[in-house]
Amino acid sequence: MKLSAGIVLTGAVLLGVSTPAFAKTEIQWWHAMTAVLGERVNEIAVKFNASQNEYEVKAVYKGSYPDTLNAAIAAYRAKQPPHIVQVFEVGTQTMLSSGAVYPVFQLMKDHGIAIDWNDLIGPVKSYYSTGGNLYSMAFNSSTPILFYNKDLFKKAGLGDKPPARWDEVEAMAKKLVGAGVKCGFSAAWPSWTLVENMHALHDQPFADHANGFDGLTTRLQINGAFGVQMMELLQRGVREGWFVYNGRLNKAEANMGGGECGIFLSSSAYIGNLTRASEGKFVWGTGPLPRLGGYPQGNSIIGGATLWVMKGAKPEEYKGVAQFFRYLASTENQAWWAGVTGYLPLTNAAVRAMESSGHFQKNPQQRTAIAQMLGGKTTSNSQGIRLGNFVSIRDAIEEQMENIFSGKKTATQGLDDAVAKSSEILKEFAALYR
Amino acid sequence: MKRFVFRNRWLPYALVAPQVVITIAFFYWPAFDSLRLSLYRASPFGDRLIWAGLANFERLFRDPAYLRSALTSFVFSFVVTFAGLALALLLASLANAKIRGLAVYRSLLLWPYGIAPAIAGIIWLFIFHPSYGILPWLLSFVTAYQFNWFLKGWVAMTLIVMAAIWKQFGYNLAFYLAGLQAIEASVLEAASVDGAGPIRRFFAVTFPLLSPVTFFLFTLNMTFSFFDTFGLIHSVTQGGPGDTTSILVYRAWKDGFEGLQLGFSAAQSVVLMALVILLTAFQFRFAEKKVTY
Repeated sequence: MKLSAGIVLTGAVLLGVSTPAFAKTEIQWWHAMTAVLGERVNEIAVKFNASQNEYEVKAVYKGSYPDTLNAAIAAYRAKQPPHIVQVFEVGTQTMLSSGAVYPVFQLMKDHGIAIDWNDLIGPVKSYYSTGGNLYSMAFNSSTPILFYNKDLFKKAGLGDKPPARWDEVEAMAKKLVGAGVKCGFSAAWPSWTLVENMHALHDQPFADHANGFDGLTTRLQINGAFGVQMMELLQRGVREGWFVYNGRLNKAEANMGGGECGIFLSSSAYIGNLTRASEGKFVWGTGPLPRLGGYPQGNSIIGGATLWVMKGAKPEEYKGVAQFFRYLASTENQAWWAGVTGYLPLTNAAVRAMESSGHFQKNPQQRTAIAQMLGGKTTSNSQGIRLGNFVSIRDAIEEQMENIFSGKKTATQGLDDAVAKSSEILKEFAALYR
Repeated sequence: MKRFVFRNRWLPYALVAPQVVITIAFFYWPAFDSLRLSLYRASPFGDRLIWAGLANFERLFRDPAYLRSALTSFVFSFVVTFAGLALALLLASLANAKIRGLAVYRSLLLWPYGIAPAIAGIIWLFIFHPSYGILPWLLSFVTAYQFNWFLKGWVAMTLIVMAAIWKQFGYNLAFYLAGLQAIEASVLEAASVDGAGPIRRFFAVTFPLLSPVTFFLFTLNMTFSFFDTFGLIHSVTQGGPGDTTSILVYRAWKDGFEGLQLGFSAAQSVVLMALVILLTAFQFRFAEKKVTY
């Protein structure tokens, strides 16, 4: 049986938890950041460790987001949890319901550290707080934006302005294809950019109970008029050849980075990698997400991850975690982190610091996401999405998106099926946490 | 067979003990745990364990997607096994001929087996990727048809079938080669003398004599394609487009390790376990009778 591999891995994870033998109190921080981002995470730990001599933060890479969460779960069940674990936004409800976390607002209060939570930028605060309190430490947040390849725009005789509306996306993408461009329009993270964010951006409900903020969600609402219109547009895009679907997760980024796509939607955190991929090959720009006419103004929502504090550690260790979070929240660290990664600065103070240091003048692409978020309207439809078993639900949505794009199902039928499947998954979650 | 008798009563037990311990720790214990878990709704962090009876199984069999996935798995496994074995036998017969550079061909043919399924997936990704793969690029000169397997289920399925066959090819070939070399030349000569041509000789003599090997490889390839192709699918299609390449083991993994629906995933692995037991029992009971050792 191959499934036993999971058990073996669990065992390996347990062995990996080292016991501190230093005079300094060790704090384990498990994360899922790779490549450049992983280096930055290590840099944070090094800087914090150098700033004081009581605590030693150990940043440990644990694989992908699901891998990291699984590692933390296994460790928690073996009563050897890390102090801090980075969990992606879709795992928020799982963590909140887990009974395994020490809420961050409580931790800071218990240790007498005052952090001005109200200074957090609105969308980040709303996505991660419950009852006005922050349960996990905001860390890396991004939001989808539009990217466009300026060289291809020139080739197709288009101006140097990104499309602001979907009819413009369509018209421009068609022109691009007409000029011999392989991929007029494409998008990474399909469910996040094209379903979740499109609903929030147009102030349309994604799920009942205010997207899960007023109680456990029982049913998705993505098969309403707006959702269907959106999917029919994209289905037609595939049929007419101006939208090229390039797979789940961020697989489509390979096409944008390869200089094939004219217009592209992805996370603002893609700026760093696109900068590297396009160097000396093509010039690109960014713009806010395109809108459909006739719908009210909402806001785009965030993705990324937060840091959760696990139960089961010693008091002096929690003291160190609180100190570390104070460091993370500092304006200096926030401005640096956002500047070197492309993630959003999380506090208004950090935004101001980046403005005044001229960072956005030098890196105008990094302003797009901030401007989009701060210019939007946070409503019950755009504060975020909080679902139990969200990972499986996203999967169910993307499965049906593929069935719609390939023409196997109509938009209505596909979305209805996604809703039905999700209800089933949500019902299970409710049965577990009733 | 010669019967060997241990003088020391405990020695034989001591000798098999490590294997027994490993089997219990890594096979029986997880298997029983899955069985137990499949009857519960379990929270990821282990704080909630609610008796669910057969609810997980009920949910499974009510889901048309799951039944579709079962069908997909069987089709996939049979195609991979039959096509894979046929191809391996054909090439083994050729590689068994006396030609120059034989050793080189043989070693080259064995290579793919040394590659992990996930890596094999990545290699195939580079060949077949709709935009940066070399094959779609070459095909674009021949036909305007878009082989985009992100959206075309049959292309995705063909792709992983081919990759799985290729991955398993070296292994199958090695066994067939060894089998062919074990066939005594005199038997084939006798057939020649009786006037049998090469094709007749193959089907009347070689193939029946290879039946133990075929039987062994059949069982092995079925289990390989049923379980071990997980890495391949994970790195190439992630079960898509839609759910066209979601075989049972991939679904179980996804619901358990990504979706964190532990009880539901356990129920799926129990079904898988039952299938394997059935499959193996069936093969040993019926197929073995047809095998000439």
